[in-house]
Amino acid sequence: MSYVPDNLRYAPSHEWLLLDADGIITVGITDHAQEALGDLVFIELPDVGGHYVAEKEIAVVESVKAAADVYAPISGIVTEVNQAAADAPETVNQDAYATWLFKLKPDNVADINNMLDATAYRGLADVA
Amino acid sequence: MLRKTVLNTAHRALGARMVDFGGWDMPVNYGSQIEEHHAVRNNCGMFDVSHMCPVDLAGPDCRPFLSRLVANDVAKLTVSGKALYSAMLNEAGGVIDDLIIYFLTDTRFRIVINAGTADKDLAWMHAKAAEWKMDVSIAQRRTGENSLAIIAVQGPNARARVWDILPQAKAAIADLKPFFAAEVGQYFIASTGYTGEDGYEIMLPTDEAEALWNKLKDAGVAPCGLGARDTLRLEAGMNLYGQDMDETVSPLDAGLAWTVAMKDEREFVGKPALTATGQQKAFLGLILLDKGVLRGHQQVITKHGIGEITSGSFSPTLQQSIALARLPLGVQVGDEVEVDIRGKLLKARVTKPVFARNGKAVI
Repeated sequence: MSYVPDNLRYAPSHEWLLLDADGIITVGITDHAQEALGDLVFIELPDVGGHYVAEKEIAVVESVKAAADVYAPISGIVTEVNQAAADAPETVNQDAYATWLFKLKPDNVADINNMLDATAYRGLADVA
Repeated sequence: MLRKTVLNTAHRALGARMVDFGGWDMPVNYGSQIEEHHAVRNNCGMFDVSHMCPVDLAGPDCRPFLSRLVANDVAKLTVSGKALYSAMLNEAGGVIDDLIIYFLTDTRFRIVINAGTADKDLAWMHAKAAEWKMDVSIAQRRTGENSLAIIAVQGPNARARVWDILPQAKAAIADLKPFFAAEVGQYFIASTGYTGEDGYEIMLPTDEAEALWNKLKDAGVAPCGLGARDTLRLEAGMNLYGQDMDETVSPLDAGLAWTVAMKDEREFVGKPALTATGQQKAFLGLILLDKGVLRGHQQVITKHGIGEITSGSFSPTLQQSIALARLPLGVQVGDEVEVDIRGKLLKARVTKPVFARNGKAVI
């Protein structure tokens, strides 16, 4: 069973979200996602300044096994990307919650309230 | 309902991540696919490949039957125990399956065929034996009474680990040259494999498989899943049926010309089609020069036209992405080409279709 921290929000497509005090949302993929993918070897990050729409592709994570899309959990503009994660994709396998992928300035910060909490995410059939 | 090998509970006990592999519930890894890959290149790993299907041929017509059935020539098999890799073709020259034939006696051969193709292969073999009125019996050994499990032990230390566990077999198998097999009681031990490393493939009665698996594990042999098996075979430049070739692909366009014995008078299924068509494509390797991962079905843009990747992944040995690709004739080793990855054109270099064997990069 994968690890699901209580203090984060989650998208059903297996991204985690953390709302900072400044209204910026940090996004990564969940422990369940990294475990399902296996050893990550490549990460394609979004363009800083780009506007991305909720539930559309925003990044790609590739393991030895397969490529998987990362979806924008909510709509917004990318303010920062974690180049260190792209340079060492295995750090996502080591700690998926310490290794964020990108930060978003959301169009509507209240959208985060529509995301799953830890209990609801644990309840997803494929996570449990 | 997924089919299970006799080692299914052993895999689950080891915490394997299981996947549906052609209708079989098989381990893709037991943790880290990359660590399993390195274990085989540098030390010793083992794979449950009991989903593959041993087929025993018996009878006076074994040789004439195989001589017509497959594209390689069983006349090359003159020493008992010798193995031969071959494609089995349809009339159009497409690959029904790739397989290994072990020669035991002139009235007894063993073939190992792929898991997902076993049913159609067996139907084809039975049909051809009847059509050609061959006196040969064809018996699958994957299920039912007398079924066999297959454990592949691979890596530079594989032989020594197996001798430790099966001392009674050591005398028969210690000096096996590559691509030979020895029968030791109920065990059939072959120096074949799918990793580019030394080692054995051990066929044994199903009810003894779990005990052998556990002894090997206790001796430090790393359980490895089909994920590592795929990156190992890709580095070694070995084709995967269903990806690098299938019934629509000529062996000459899949890098298998070395397994097709065309030159003599022997007739075999598919030969007229291969003679008429000849080689249409070059089957070569690619190394990605930009960052990313090559995958099957990506388009390759060359100055001679468009080609396609048949298998691609990340090479743990080279720490770069590699691929096997079917490319237009005229493309040469050393050429720089572009690969379309999600709409971006990334640079790759054409190589021979072999990247790493025996613990080392060969590129």
